[in-house]
Amino acid sequence: MQAPAHTRALIEIDKLNLYYGTFHALKNVSMEIPEKAITAFIGPSGCGKSTLLRTLNRMNDMIAGTRIEGKIAIGGADIYSKEVDVETLRKKVGMVFQQPNPFPKSIYDNVAYGPRLHGISGRKQLDEIVETSLRSAALWEEVKDYLKRSALSLSGGQQQRLCIARALAVEPDVLLMDEATSALDPISTLKIEELAQELKDRYTIVMVTHNMHQAARVSNQTVFFLNGEVVEYAETEKLFSTPRDQRTEDYISGRFG
Amino acid sequence: MNAKTADKVATVVICLFAGIIVLVLLGLLGFILFRGLSHISWDFLTSAPETIKAGGGIGPQLFNSLFLLVLTMLITIPLGLGAGIYMSQYAKPGKVTNSIRLVVEVLSSFPSIVVGLFGLLVFVNIMGIGFSLFSGALALTVFNLPLMVRITEQAMAGVPREQKEASLALGLSRWKTITSVMLPIAMPAIITGTILAAGRVFGEAAALLFTAGMSSPRLDFTDWNPLSPFSPLNPFRPAETLAVHIWKINSEGLAPDAGEIAAGASAVLVLTVLLFNFGARWFGRFMHRKFTATR
Ligand SMILES: Nc1ncnc2c1ncn2[C@@H]1O[C@H](COP(=O)(O)OP(=O)(O)OP(=O)(O)O)[C@@H](O)[C@H]1O
Ligand SMILES: [Mg+2]
Repeated sequence: MQAPAHTRALIEIDKLNLYYGTFHALKNVSMEIPEKAITAFIGPSGCGKSTLLRTLNRMNDMIAGTRIEGKIAIGGADIYSKEVDVETLRKKVGMVFQQPNPFPKSIYDNVAYGPRLHGISGRKQLDEIVETSLRSAALWEEVKDYLKRSALSLSGGQQQRLCIARALAVEPDVLLMDEATSALDPISTLKIEELAQELKDRYTIVMVTHNMHQAARVSNQTVFFLNGEVVEYAETEKLFSTPRDQRTEDYISGRFG
Repeated sequence: MNAKTADKVATVVICLFAGIIVLVLLGLLGFILFRGLSHISWDFLTSAPETIKAGGGIGPQLFNSLFLLVLTMLITIPLGLGAGIYMSQYAKPGKVTNSIRLVVEVLSSFPSIVVGLFGLLVFVNIMGIGFSLFSGALALTVFNLPLMVRITEQAMAGVPREQKEASLALGLSRWKTITSVMLPIAMPAIITGTILAAGRVFGEAAALLFTAGMSSPRLDFTDWNPLSPFSPLNPFRPAETLAVHIWKINSEGLAPDAGEIAAGASAVLVLTVLLFNFGARWFGRFMHRKFTATR
């Protein structure tokens, strides 16, 4: 399989196998994820999309009994090599979760949380980071007068954009989004999709989605998974118009999943 | 008997038992307060007890109880927090953690008189601390610590996983995640639990008979140097607490008004423990509102 020649590949996954105990969750996965573009993972429930996404910032490290074989390189560096500091990696590879999960703190403190704990303490500098991040997440205009309010007072869609702002505040290169819109209403979903479109000029985005239309609408490249295997991956347009594999065609035409 | 009547009978029986329990509790509370409240006065709360004359107070005992509580909490809170955090966040599930948990459970269910005798043997005699507030605090720690560990562990386990992951995904270390995201969220539960545990310490008598002792030196409330033997703040002096005092005057009090003093002291004790309980509830609700505030 050939990676779509969109831009330079930032993430290279090579013959990756992942086991949860004895369960073989990812089977021989290889792919390239282009820089400054949106890559979508689609596939039926339980096929390993989240698992693969979470290997990219090593969130799977926390789960006892997981074992990994193969290689993942980001910007040419193997992220599972011994020298890699997981915390530095996670700073570079941000994540947005399925359920909006702001901290029970003020809007300001949510965004400032990362930079502050990474050692930035200047009030002015923090103010600036908070504003830039909220602007990048298209939330600034809505909350600029209420920065001291509890983040929990925001709507679900706003909370999710706040979580994006919080992730952007530590200046990542990559943004992972695991079904970040599945808990949101259609309008909020649309906003996040537009936001992703804007962000892809500056960030490499990998999103998991259950919604094929969403993948078709926003992504540049789509990867189709089935039972822990990559069935097919290609430029989104190509994958949806002329799938090479019968199973892909069945899935995108709604025959299963 | 068909299911419907069985259900009715069961409901009636259960309500009956619940009612009896509530009545007994209320009756007990009412009895203690009825007998004791009339005896409580500012003078009673602040003056020293008399051995053979009437009109003695419970001032030093009340002070001892509060001071002992503070001492115990000073030992228990850091240890309990540390152990609870370790158990919930760092310890790998396995044989060692399970056996620690078992020891903790067993410790917390020890009868307090046994803990008292253990304290007499280990803290008072072997370690040579003598009858003192400090020995008492150590003895109380024996069954307060397991409680504190469990409270912390449960509170930490109650923090939503999403919150923890959100912080880790920002590249923050486990420790920073614990201190700046998880502990604040767990704090209301920890504080509520701690206050409830404090109530138990305050009412404890059996474990203190042989550790903190059954007498106080003549306390000099103008001397606040913790090292001088008559200072109230000296943690190495013997100290009779309120609960121990009640037990003592009830069994061997010589003052003509021993009965009333015991009743008054009991009322004070019960009221204080109630205060702890309501305080804990109120505080828990307050913190909850504060954390989920939608100002
Ligand atoms: N911690 C775990 N321990 C054991 N098995 C797991 C664990 N997490 C996931 N799995 C299994 O691995 C497989 C892939 O899970 P994963 O969450 O990656 O699927 P997914 O494609 O994201 O599904 P969904 O669309 O429902 O989110 C599933 O069969 C799941 O049961
Ligand atoms: Mg998933």
